[in-house]
Amino acid sequence: MIIKTARKRRQAVLAGLCALGLAVSLSGCGGDSSSDQPTGGQAEFSFLGMPENTTVGSVLSTVAAGPCASTVADYPLKSSSQPQASYDQQLQLLAGQNALPSLIFAANTPSLAIELHDGGYLVDIDQALAEVGAAGAILPAAESVLRSLYGGDLFTLPAEFNIEGIWYNKQILADHGIGLPATWDELTAANQKLADAGVQPFSVAGSGGDGWNVTRLVGNYIFRSLGADALSQVADGKAKLTDPGYVAAAEAVSAWGQAGYFGPAPTAVDYATAMNTFLTGQAAFYYMGSWALASFNDPAQNQIGADNIGFLSFPNVSGGKGSADQVPANAGMPLALSTAGYGDGAKAWLSCLAQNYGTVALRDMGQITGFRVNDPVADLPALTTEVQDIIANAPSSVLWFEALFSAQATTTAQTNGGLLAEGSISGAEFMDAVQADLG
Amino acid sequence: MRQVLGDRKTIAVLLAPALICYSLIMLAPMIWSLGYTFFTGNPIRGFSFAGLANFDTLLHDPKTGQALAFTVKYAVTVTVGQVVLGYLLALLYVFHLKRSSGLVRTLVFFPVVLPTVAVSLLFQKLFAIVPQDGPVNSVLQLFGAESVNWFGSGAKAFLVIALMDIWRSMGFYGVLLYAGLVDIPDDVIESARLDGAGGWRLARAVVLPLSSPVLISALIFSINGTLKVFDSIYALTGGGPGSLTSPLTLHMYRTAFAYGDYGYGATIALTLTICCLLVTVAVFRGSRKDLLA
Repeated sequence: MIIKTARKRRQAVLAGLCALGLAVSLSGCGGDSSSDQPTGGQAEFSFLGMPENTTVGSVLSTVAAGPCASTVADYPLKSSSQPQASYDQQLQLLAGQNALPSLIFAANTPSLAIELHDGGYLVDIDQALAEVGAAGAILPAAESVLRSLYGGDLFTLPAEFNIEGIWYNKQILADHGIGLPATWDELTAANQKLADAGVQPFSVAGSGGDGWNVTRLVGNYIFRSLGADALSQVADGKAKLTDPGYVAAAEAVSAWGQAGYFGPAPTAVDYATAMNTFLTGQAAFYYMGSWALASFNDPAQNQIGADNIGFLSFPNVSGGKGSADQVPANAGMPLALSTAGYGDGAKAWLSCLAQNYGTVALRDMGQITGFRVNDPVADLPALTTEVQDIIANAPSSVLWFEALFSAQATTTAQTNGGLLAEGSISGAEFMDAVQADLG
Repeated sequence: MRQVLGDRKTIAVLLAPALICYSLIMLAPMIWSLGYTFFTGNPIRGFSFAGLANFDTLLHDPKTGQALAFTVKYAVTVTVGQVVLGYLLALLYVFHLKRSSGLVRTLVFFPVVLPTVAVSLLFQKLFAIVPQDGPVNSVLQLFGAESVNWFGSGAKAFLVIALMDIWRSMGFYGVLLYAGLVDIPDDVIESARLDGAGGWRLARAVVLPLSSPVLISALIFSINGTLKVFDSIYALTGGGPGSLTSPLTLHMYRTAFAYGDYGYGATIALTLTICCLLVTVAVFRGSRKDLLA
């Protein structure tokens, strides 16, 4: 009896120790509740970039070695990178551990950036700029785009400021006697004329997530036909993508796909291949943002010549409420400062970037940004100057198809874009799929 | 030794380190993940209790149904391909090539050691249509056929995925089953031959029953591995075009980490775990019936 009792006691102690060990390990996994609120400040200035974007890293290195050498010397730049395809996952992981670097790209999906800001992980930029004496460093047009993209708040920095539209090969259009199309119908007629002549009318990327290149056409058709607020009405639940006006936009793009205007296999074409197709003269039109100027102005990539490329604002849709004056604009991949890394070093860097980023990016990289250019840059390529003029004279701007959608709807739209361009799915099927994710 | 292993305290001391490690590394995350199925949210916006809402979503989510159907189709196709071709290879090694099979075994096994991403890139190039035709389309053109966009439809993309994964792993199953076949005593084979059995009859009546234990193991390995496929499809098609080649694992990954819904992601993971469990139990039960018959 005594032996049995002692054995039971030993078993109970052993079980208790096991349970305690498990509980300690689980509580260790759970993290310290006192560190839930992000606060911070680091001796170094850490930056999480993307291998796909070399511009920001180059500009940061240039300003650190040049104009800001003395002010940021105590806070050395420490760069790392994460591929764009998994960037959002990395941000979520780091935010969950309150370990976001000082400077980050503000997520591929605007809804995630808003979530990070609402969670207190990102610094309010307007307050921060005022604090370092740099209020007004962001151009009003860029600030307007950022605020409309992120629910009215300003917590991002416009490392790019792009307009989007249709770039065309002047020589191909001249060779086939095609004037600049002013409406979607005229553009369709031009496409048909080119296709009949054996020329691929449009170069698009539709492989995997690169299908955004196709959904841009859908979005702009909607803006031109239903008006500039048509997609914000969808985001607000006042309209559905399955409504006839919206479906018509997707059907118009699907019809182009069925007619073969996007080439034989859009689902197999990635971003670089689509760019290369246009820059080697194998397609007449190419929808893209002005960030492509870096490639257009690079003779090694551009075999048709920069002078041979023209810019066409997305055409009107006959009888539509929108106007070609409403230029699709975006801030590319905006930057954001994390609260976890916001201390004296980040403030010194912010002050430096506010003063110099716009000038250095334009001078060294040919990149138009949303920062004020404090030192005029001479001898810019003609195409870059043309884009600057369009930005300066645009009366208003519109966002893009998925800008206000959830991450799930964005993925669905972009991964199905290629199928739409191939004509494999109808416009109605495409809109059904995206609307299902919007709820 | 019997005295030592008869002492429960000794057993506990010997087992405890491994048991605690296993519990911490395997069981704790599984229980943790199971807990997530009753919550919604992510580390950024926090978690809130959702009751059975994730299970309700699971039942009504067409994407999960589509991913489950694709997973089952993939698992059945690739398992049959891997095990049947692996078995045929094993028969070739044992009965035809015999002692000179070493080189062939090494060559067929070689794709197993290649990184999955490298194999996926290889197959992307093999089946490419732009910017240039890959070797497969070049061969088609040689015979007067038109180039095919292999990744432009779900059916054709599935064909390439299945072909790639069968090619990549049949060498492994060939070696696994070879190990089972060489264990069959020579005298049993010889006596069967003396009794007049040969070719197909020898394989069906003697070799197949005697190699069934290792065959069942291969089947369980294969079905569980293919139900959990992720890396090869992610690298080859990314689940596309659209989501036509998305298995449950990719759907789970995107739901949890791209869409920030850890709770629903964990619910999909639980579904996959149950699928693996059910299939394993079914294979075991089926094999027992077979042995008893």
